[in-house]
Amino acid sequence: MQPFTTLTGVAVPLLQDDINTDQITPINRDMNPDWAALLFRYARKRPDGGDDLDFPLNKPQFRNPSILVTGRNFGCGSSREGAVWAMLATGIRCIVARSFADIYRENCLQNGLLPVELKSADTEVFEARVLAADGGAPFTVDLQTQRISGPDGLDLAFEMAAADRVRLIEGLDDIGLTLKHAQDIDAWEKRIGGECPWLQTAWDPRR
Amino acid sequence: MAQTLFDKIWDAHLVATRADGRDLIYIDRHVLHELHAPHAFKKLEQARRPVRRPDLTFSVQDHTVSTAPGRDDTTNAQSTQFLQAMREGSRRNGIRLFDIDDPEQGISHVVAPELGMVLPGATHAVPDSHACTVGGLGALAFGCGTTELEHILATQVIALKRPKRMRVRLEGRLGPHVTAKDVALRVIAQVGIAGGRGHAVEYAGAAVRQMSIESRLTLCNLSIEMGARSGFVAPDETTFAWIAGRPWAPQASQWDTALVHWRALASDDDVQFDREVLIDCGDLEPQITWGTDPSQVVGVSGRVPALASIDPAQEPTFRRALDYMGLLPGMAVAGLPVQRVFIGSCTNSRLPDLEAAAAVVRGRHVAPGVVAMVVPGSSTVKRQAEAAGLDQVFRAAGFFWGESGCSMCAGGNGDRGEPGERCVSTTNRSFEGRQGKGVRTHLVSPATAAATAIAGRIVDVRQMVTGAA
Repeated sequence: MQPFTTLTGVAVPLLQDDINTDQITPINRDMNPDWAALLFRYARKRPDGGDDLDFPLNKPQFRNPSILVTGRNFGCGSSREGAVWAMLATGIRCIVARSFADIYRENCLQNGLLPVELKSADTEVFEARVLAADGGAPFTVDLQTQRISGPDGLDLAFEMAAADRVRLIEGLDDIGLTLKHAQDIDAWEKRIGGECPWLQTAWDPRR
Repeated sequence: MAQTLFDKIWDAHLVATRADGRDLIYIDRHVLHELHAPHAFKKLEQARRPVRRPDLTFSVQDHTVSTAPGRDDTTNAQSTQFLQAMREGSRRNGIRLFDIDDPEQGISHVVAPELGMVLPGATHAVPDSHACTVGGLGALAFGCGTTELEHILATQVIALKRPKRMRVRLEGRLGPHVTAKDVALRVIAQVGIAGGRGHAVEYAGAAVRQMSIESRLTLCNLSIEMGARSGFVAPDETTFAWIAGRPWAPQASQWDTALVHWRALASDDDVQFDREVLIDCGDLEPQITWGTDPSQVVGVSGRVPALASIDPAQEPTFRRALDYMGLLPGMAVAGLPVQRVFIGSCTNSRLPDLEAAAAVVRGRHVAPGVVAMVVPGSSTVKRQAEAAGLDQVFRAAGFFWGESGCSMCAGGNGDRGEPGERCVSTTNRSFEGRQGKGVRTHLVSPATAAATAIAGRIVDVRQMVTGAA
């Protein structure tokens, strides 16, 4: 996984609540799609098929975004990880949301995409600063110091569980971390195989 | 110390706590589907990591399969790549595949319960957010992403933080033609689309105890629509009777031992939940969504909310939803003309769902101008329905009767509506574009969907079946 330390770039505001994965990346029927082209595929287009120039990601100042700023419960709906891959393919490596859906947040952590929830007292101020900057001045997210800095205001601190933070900063392989417990997994299987054998076998007696 | 059922299952599956504080929870049954698993197979092979327990892992072709009679790999040209990659990846890794022509193929969340593959007190993972469905049997299920799926393949555990516990108590007795789907929509309306975030939900109460297992599967299926990754019902004698004799259920002396374990699977009487919700279902009428998220729900005799009732901060969202749905504030929902009806999906495609719909349809015909589809949740359900003559009832009424799969729930196989169509659907998400660009989805029960197909407009099924419509 690509490590995340600091990120400086354009912050694009998409200030709605409950943006779901069907909006982020409509289900795709290509195994190796152009993920960037799928990001908000429907919202980017007008009914006549032309680009909707009012949609933030279509505006010239947001053509190369690094940070997405959005509302509550971002990424609700499906577990599809393409909704994270499409962000990365577009260059977005940090999402600042009022809150995240559970599975989406996990998918972010698995891919080195930093999910930030600011303290509730800071969200409105930060969103206003992002709107005012309008892509004209960059913001910096520093995961080591857990601060966001940018135009027109003081640095804002954010919380992140130390473990998630270290994993992102070091780009640690999640499977590798778990396999350090291979002996524990072996022991669990052996014990449960004795106590609850029906859990350790999934057997079709007809075959 | 008193424990919730959630904590009992979690603790029984806790292998270790990782250095980063995440609990490693053992996964007893891991079921894959072809839309996401091929990516994980590829990454695992690139990392030269084997699948730890192919014998506890199963592959199902469901998301992209054609529903056309006589289907094969090439019926949907765009699906071929997924079906073949799934077949090859499963074979290389020694994983049993329920392929497109397997007599037990179907939607994973339908197949796993009906085979007895998933059991009370077991953990279950699927790279699909509706994994929570199997909570209806008292299993603890986790929908997961593709990288998590790869992690489970390599380790047979999932690394999670322990969620909070919520109990939703559903009391009262459901009226005629009021179903688990209606209850679930009411729960989501009350808790909200994000109210279950960070929680595992236990459904309890008299209304749940009276529900069949199929109804409990429907109820638990919709847990994710309020943001809860897992939802479940404590198993009881109804559960054990339903599982007994299923092909993969424990046999002989193992069955007796399992029963002893399963009978202990309940939350302790005096245990505290982090959140409690109480809903009286006694007066519930059939429910329907009016907007673009599954918490925007009214009774079928109700109206879209009036503008005055909307929090001013939410007005832009409200207007956007109505604009997409082609509705106005305060409008009655009943009577709206529809162009498409879909009965199917992991939410509502089991035999009792099809029986409820067929009971409404029998002797009637789909209204002119309505495209109506029934897609059984599994090939087993399809065979059972055909043995009971339900396919004839639907066909005679003008419904399409398809091969099993996810179909129009997410349109991953190309089954979709046309822009601007109003679609009444037994699925789980009314999101913009979910069933096709510009399709206006209203979520309902199978009985309401069937009645709507016949009337050509949204109706209260109770009026149709008593002849008052």
